[in-house]
Amino acid sequence: MELDVLKTVEWMEQTNEKMQAKKDELTTLDQPIGDGDHGINMARGFQEVVNKLNDTEYNEVSAVLKDVAMTLMSKVGGASGPLYGTAFLKISTAVKGAGTVERDLFAKALTEAVNGIKQRGKATEGEKTMIDMWSPISEAFQQASDFRPEDMMEAAQAALESVKELEATKGRAAYFKEKSVGHLDPGAVSTFYLFEALADVWKGDN
Amino acid sequence: MKKIINDPNQAVQDMVNGFVAAYPDKVTLIPETLAVVRKDAPITGKVGLVSGGGSGHEPAHAGYIGKGMLDVAVAGEVFTSPTPDQVLEGIKAVDAGEGVFLVIKNYTGDVLNFEMAAELAEAEGIQVEKVIVNDDVAVEDSSFTTGRRGIAGTVFVHKIAGAKAEAGGSLSEVKQVADKVVANVRSMGMALTSGTVPAAGKPGFQLEDNEMEIGIGIHGEPGIERKPIASADTIAQELTDRILDDIDISNGNEVAVLINGLGATPEMELYIVNQKVQAILRDRGIEVYRTYIGEYMTSLEMAGCSITVLHLDDELKPLLDAPSEAPAFRR
Repeated sequence: MELDVLKTVEWMEQTNEKMQAKKDELTTLDQPIGDGDHGINMARGFQEVVNKLNDTEYNEVSAVLKDVAMTLMSKVGGASGPLYGTAFLKISTAVKGAGTVERDLFAKALTEAVNGIKQRGKATEGEKTMIDMWSPISEAFQQASDFRPEDMMEAAQAALESVKELEATKGRAAYFKEKSVGHLDPGAVSTFYLFEALADVWKGDN
Repeated sequence: MKKIINDPNQAVQDMVNGFVAAYPDKVTLIPETLAVVRKDAPITGKVGLVSGGGSGHEPAHAGYIGKGMLDVAVAGEVFTSPTPDQVLEGIKAVDAGEGVFLVIKNYTGDVLNFEMAAELAEAEGIQVEKVIVNDDVAVEDSSFTTGRRGIAGTVFVHKIAGAKAEAGGSLSEVKQVADKVVANVRSMGMALTSGTVPAAGKPGFQLEDNEMEIGIGIHGEPGIERKPIASADTIAQELTDRILDDIDISNGNEVAVLINGLGATPEMELYIVNQKVQAILRDRGIEVYRTYIGEYMTSLEMAGCSITVLHLDDELKPLLDAPSEAPAFRR
């Protein structure tokens, strides 16, 4: 895996396409537990990200990701904006100075992102939030040196399955506690699409 | 939905424009934001005071801008936190080098967005401190919150922290006194009807004609119990008892009382509630130092009220009494 400026922009474009296509699905997932706007917010946010990236010249991956962070933070709103914003801000800081981001560096950046989301959301693993996606995906990255996009998707899929069975104790869904079991968390699902887009771009490498 | 608006999606922008137009010599809008700022900010030698949150709680928060209270209020969409970039602009606009203090109501979205803004400001070299207000004794967690919610008691934090900052208090002194207010203020509310978010077009929840909800939040988020409506005295008794059960205020102590209308309750009813609240406090030997009646922290056109009790001491009293030029809290 090698993320350069072009690939990073491509990752965001593919993510945006998924968010647009899955807008209604994400919103439907949010309705019983939240205020039913996750899909709309994510679709709006990533569209703004793509607009921003297309209007700007970049010579560093870190700068692309910083703009992604700032745009998500200001355009997604709610709790998801600052949480996704924090994740990308941490990745951006971790890869500062690198022309291309190799797997090892990206793995390190993901650890930073997970810690950032935990700190921002004052949440940890097992509370049925987006952390239950970011954390296992990040861990999978750390472990295998021959990690492939297929492995990442496997980790993401497995994480999504286990999130479903968790009981929410943080985030707005926590209000519904045991009723949340068996329900997919919208923030976990949008995270899944983000990594699915990364896998697609990464596969294009080989 | 029947509302005096132009376009539901423009309601917040139109309101903010109208607010600035009402006090053109005192406040201005930070360009490209919904942040209203004191015209004389940043004020040399003074800690900047920042608050804000979702709209729909007017006169909070812009009504509390003015000498002796807030320097800037950052508005979000109705019942939605402002975003970190907007809060950051607010922080930058009031930083005079003495640091900036954030008053945040305890809602998940507000805390996330304001804390992120604080970190971004710190990265730009601005010293930031904060307090998270959680005065509502009704529920521990809600659909909007982890922990207790921040409601009308926030106005006392604005007033007292604002007075401290105006008097030249340092950032840590402002924080110390704001923490003290939060530790000593408790509130609880109830509703008869729901407000309607303009962009949603229909009421947030339904209560039957004979029903009320005790412990409701200022976004209509669920409280403790729905039950048949009772008399003002019974309502006042229930809310005040719950407040006093939660805080150690004894015979001879002094308090400030705020009877707050949630948007569609006439002052007449607030005074009726106040009559009982004062009697309860008197019976317990608690001395009421100041009483405030009116709309301070609303929930659109929700009918209902909240009661706030602030336990005062010799440090807080003069700060509560200090001059304020804020349009919604003149002293």
